[in-house]
Amino acid sequence: METLSYRHATARRASGTKNIALVGVVASCNLEVLVERVLPDTECEVAISTAAEGFGKVWEAVVADFVERRSPGGLRLSINDGGARPDTVSLRLAQAVRTIEEDAS
Amino acid sequence: MSQSARIARDARIEAGSRLATGKIVDAINATALLEAVLRPGDRVCLEGDNQKQADLLARALAAVDVARVHDLHMVQSGVVLPEHLDIFESGVAKRLDYAYSGPQSARIAKMLFGGRIELGAVHTYLELFARYFIDLTPEVALIVAVSADRDGNLYTGPNTEDTPAVVEATAFKDGVVIAQVNEIVDKVPRVDIPGDRVHFVVKADTPFYVEPLFTRDPAAITETQILTAMLAIKGIYAPYGVKRLNHGIGFNTAAIELLLPTFGEKLGLKGKIATRWALNPHPTLIPAIESGWVEQIHSFGSEVGMDDYIRARSDIYFTGHDGSLRSNRAFSQTAGLYACDMFIGSTLQIDLDGNSSTVTTSRIAGFGGAPNMGSDARGRRHPSAPWLKAGEEADPDTSKLMRRGRKLVVQIGETFGDRNVPMFVEQLDAIELAEKLKLDLAPVMVYADDVTHIVTEEGIANLLLCRTRAEREHAIRGIAGYTEIGRGRDKKLVEQLRARRVIQRPEDLGIDPLDADRRLLAASSIKDLVHWSGGLYAPPSRFRNW
Repeated sequence: METLSYRHATARRASGTKNIALVGVVASCNLEVLVERVLPDTECEVAISTAAEGFGKVWEAVVADFVERRSPGGLRLSINDGGARPDTVSLRLAQAVRTIEEDAS
Repeated sequence: MSQSARIARDARIEAGSRLATGKIVDAINATALLEAVLRPGDRVCLEGDNQKQADLLARALAAVDVARVHDLHMVQSGVVLPEHLDIFESGVAKRLDYAYSGPQSARIAKMLFGGRIELGAVHTYLELFARYFIDLTPEVALIVAVSADRDGNLYTGPNTEDTPAVVEATAFKDGVVIAQVNEIVDKVPRVDIPGDRVHFVVKADTPFYVEPLFTRDPAAITETQILTAMLAIKGIYAPYGVKRLNHGIGFNTAAIELLLPTFGEKLGLKGKIATRWALNPHPTLIPAIESGWVEQIHSFGSEVGMDDYIRARSDIYFTGHDGSLRSNRAFSQTAGLYACDMFIGSTLQIDLDGNSSTVTTSRIAGFGGAPNMGSDARGRRHPSAPWLKAGEEADPDTSKLMRRGRKLVVQIGETFGDRNVPMFVEQLDAIELAEKLKLDLAPVMVYADDVTHIVTEEGIANLLLCRTRAEREHAIRGIAGYTEIGRGRDKKLVEQLRARRVIQRPEDLGIDPLDADRRLLAASSIKDLVHWSGGLYAPPSRFRNW
């Protein structure tokens, strides 16, 4: 098990009012993302707990692109990873943000 | 004038006839028959195709007395069964020319490194068949069919595959043809091989083995593969108007097949793309066929469980008067080369020029048909819209009347494959392998100058539009995602290529990655495919979970 954590400044707040959402599954080659609206609007944190060790550089790049594309201000995303590939990680992160934004009303 | 080959052939037949009643030989005498017919150093085709296997004859050959039969030169499409390699361990065989070695890819690599096999070359199917007629003509062919009559007329059933090419080369050049069959009948349902080309028939106790190579379970298709399929349909099939094509056997192309009746239908593409195919009977194409997308399919071989469905769909497939599929690998490979405008398939490794290979240092899978399907036919002379458009993109300056068209050769896959192994590499493992084995050529599956597009979840790289090697490299880095190759890209250069549509991201094509949902698949399980087929598709038990 390896744990990684990245904190980024964001351009804007993630829309919506929902405070918590969960996407994905904990399984081999897959991951679960818990997203919580608990941070100041201009901050984002991604905390990773992964079964696959030694992919720090890839995680760093995936998370940086994610923050740039989605601007998830105010969100803390906690990842429980079963060795998912970067494309799956990107997809789940995007799904997590959409879920917390979409269901807000 | 010397007729030594004919005299030798007659002597072999004479020796074999002592074990036969007419042409029929008991299975228990199969090894004795081979010992009687074979001579040391013979060139032998032991029919191992992509799918069907002459398994009884393979076992019989593995059991011959090595003092009598040794140092054979095996010339065969597929190295598939353990016996295909056992004969090299024992010394029965020495030299090998082949095309494909899927299930034995790890062992064949080990034996090549260990010097147990003297390798001629790894071929593409059509190339090996061609050499059967020039410099690799078999002295003895050990083939396989469904049934035979007493005159040796053979019925090959849906899996005709390589048999006509093998028999043609052997029987008409003073060779001996020995067939194993599942049964001896009074009258075969269809004559696939005329009896005067067959010298001995051995009845096997169990039906020959067929590998279900082309069945992909829709349940295993990932969202990322669906995304690559959406990109390919909207970014390549649609703008080029690709009607005539061949698909590889990976999950990405299976996803494309399952998206035609859903995503493709929504885009209004029915009848405009993917109507005519050189393709094995892929179960994942059933929903598209049943939705009226497909006009015609010619097949290299058959697929386990598809027989009844094919029989009911003889309006689509090539079938005999008995209703069963007539496949033919040599003709279908020719069709793929000359009459298809696109090949799309997966690979294991792509380098920065766009060369691709399925060879790794521990596995030599061979090529099968991919280098043939995935290459531009330099002898092609008939025009078609996609071929002309691709030719224009590659060479806008030559006058229209003098410009060659180009076949679309598309490599599709995820940036990271199984176990997080990146698809993009600095150097192909094939080069290291060639150096270690002292080969004249690295086993490259599709050469860079034949590849026109690469599709990943990051987008499409159109290599036809690249004008320099540096552009090409960055077109590839630009869709290589988070692999080391991808992370080594110059962001500014990639954005310039994107502006010229050399690189197209999902958003450039109006595709939201979040829409890549399994609900888009026309069938989400093998059971769904059975339903689509009206209960006619009978999947092998390993694909059933009900």
